[in-house]
Amino acid sequence: MDQLARIVLDGIVFASYLFLVSAGLTFIYGVMRILNTAHGSIYGLGAYTAAWLLLRLWPGGSGSIPIWGSYLVLLLGALIVGLIIGPLMERLFIRRVVDRGEVIPLILTFALFLILDDVMKLIWGVDPLLADLPFSMLGAISLAGINYPVYPFLLTLVAVGAAFVMWFIINRTRFGKLVISVIADREVSGTLGINVPRIYTFAFTLGAILAALGGAFVAPMISVVPGISVEVIILSFAVTTIGGLGSVGGAAIGAALVGLLRSMAVQYVPELDLFVIYALMTLILLIKPRGLFGGVEARRI
Amino acid sequence: MTLDQDAAVARDAGVGRDARFRSDAESEPPGDRPVSPRARRARFERGRLIALAILAVLALLPFLGMPGWLLFLLTIAFSKGLVVLGVVLLLRGDLVSFGHGLYYAAGAYTVGLLLRAGFPVRDAFPLAVLGGVVAALVAALVGLFLARYRGIFFGMLSTAFSMILYSLLLKLYWVTGGTDGIAVRVPTTLGIQPSADLIRVVQYYFVLAIAAGVAYLAYRVVNSPLGFLMRGINDNEIRVEYMGASVRRAIYQTYVLAGALGGLGGALVAVTVGHIAPDLAYWTASGEFIFIALLGGSGSVFAPFIGATVFEMVRNYAFKLSPYTWQMLLGSVLLVIILFAPGGLWSIIERLTQRAAARRAAAADPGTGAGDDKGRGWALSSKP
Repeated sequence: MDQLARIVLDGIVFASYLFLVSAGLTFIYGVMRILNTAHGSIYGLGAYTAAWLLLRLWPGGSGSIPIWGSYLVLLLGALIVGLIIGPLMERLFIRRVVDRGEVIPLILTFALFLILDDVMKLIWGVDPLLADLPFSMLGAISLAGINYPVYPFLLTLVAVGAAFVMWFIINRTRFGKLVISVIADREVSGTLGINVPRIYTFAFTLGAILAALGGAFVAPMISVVPGISVEVIILSFAVTTIGGLGSVGGAAIGAALVGLLRSMAVQYVPELDLFVIYALMTLILLIKPRGLFGGVEARRI
Repeated sequence: MTLDQDAAVARDAGVGRDARFRSDAESEPPGDRPVSPRARRARFERGRLIALAILAVLALLPFLGMPGWLLFLLTIAFSKGLVVLGVVLLLRGDLVSFGHGLYYAAGAYTVGLLLRAGFPVRDAFPLAVLGGVVAALVAALVGLFLARYRGIFFGMLSTAFSMILYSLLLKLYWVTGGTDGIAVRVPTTLGIQPSADLIRVVQYYFVLAIAAGVAYLAYRVVNSPLGFLMRGINDNEIRVEYMGASVRRAIYQTYVLAGALGGLGGALVAVTVGHIAPDLAYWTASGEFIFIALLGGSGSVFAPFIGATVFEMVRNYAFKLSPYTWQMLLGSVLLVIILFAPGGLWSIIERLTQRAAARRAAAADPGTGAGDDKGRGWALSSKP
């Protein structure tokens, strides 16, 4: 029973993390048809910025600002990173290759990933940053017979909040309507007077903010070290492929599936915790070649 | 119709693209760029001459007082060049194998696990061949599945398969040694049991010979019907199907071949380095192969080897000079290539030699069109 509770709780938390890092990736792909390999680096930048701010403002776990402010700092840190790095990356690099098929952008963003990995080392050094203040402050509660820390549920809250904001932006705002139009046909949208490049910048920035948000809120749970971006991107590849590239709802379902499956594997067959994720991905693609919610692409003759 | 329109139609039909890999007289398809048979023949002869000259220079290197570490570096570069050659064969059909580490690791672990299990054959050559065969078998299985996909999906699925192997290599530590990996001790190379100071030289010749042989085979493949099909698939695969060829079969065959090359390269690296670890299958290793493929370009079967050599040199020096920024340097080089030199290093070499050739040709025989071939990178061509 305890084990089951642990599986479910771990699964939910892991799924929240996965959703935060994959939603932006899949959204950017949906709008721009670009798979951003550097997405994990934005996550890393978010984590580093958040951890660094926490250590700066509350050295040794105390400071002149009330501690609840640390949660605001996480949010602000993520926004700053997303708002700076998103437009910068899109305007300087992505824009130049957006018309060159799917493969070139993939490789270009791989180059950006390599560069950003070292940028993080240059800025923050190679020693791990430990900033667990927001984590330890919330303590633990007894849930379904087991002791479980509270902070991870904040991550879930953030994920749900992000999902709602995404939904609202896409379905209830003017910008969302324009985005949907660009997704449907970028050329016709441009002809009708929509500023497609600007939509791209906004969409890319939105995705970047999501990734940074994931990094910032995960930072207090882990020690932030060089190379944290490497694993993220590969996990979010799996999640988005399972859910169907380009579908934010699909990413949510994919994250939930992968999260639960992984926490199950961790409890029962810890040797296979990574294996099951890719096995699931392969299985789903065998049945549905474009993922669970992937659209059908017309063949071009 | 203007000349431009003509060119556009020819391009859409999958013919008339510049010959990416130099082809000889027999295999040049009708309707290709107007080059007189005499000029074509001469070019082929010249290419063969240059290849033999390069090979001779490389074979002489150990006698020129090369330090052991440099030979070692070249040995690794040529082994990786084999893997990249496979990646390039796929790239010609616009397929990015962002998971070729799968075959690289499969080849390396075949050698490592066989030796560990007390396999009776303990010579580098049969072991390397076995590595290639095992990788080809894996590719034959994975390819059944992958041949359905194109573009980004092909890349991501390749990654997924390599990550499956990675996770198994990492976690099944009682078989694979986990992160510690396996030490590979190969007693003999082609029956020779070299002394400690000669081992680098023997390995160098061993890998050089294999690389040269495989490069020739790859050249033949590129100029075979299969090679031309891949070119057509890059342009427009539906038209290729309308012409009666099976796209899926062409992709499958190329994929298995590329897998075999990956396994061969991985086995050679295992034998040379003497140690293998799960990182060989990690997605960043696969990214490295794509990197080298773009760095070298795809204008020739030599390009992957040139790319791999430059890559290893740059990495070696950059890592020594500043361990925290060498990745940044690699990334920046890659950025520059994508944005400014889409044909890779080979296209730069080609442009230089062609400028000279065109000047010569213009003086001797106007109208051979030897200067047509701009050597543009097919892998980086934009799709309509």
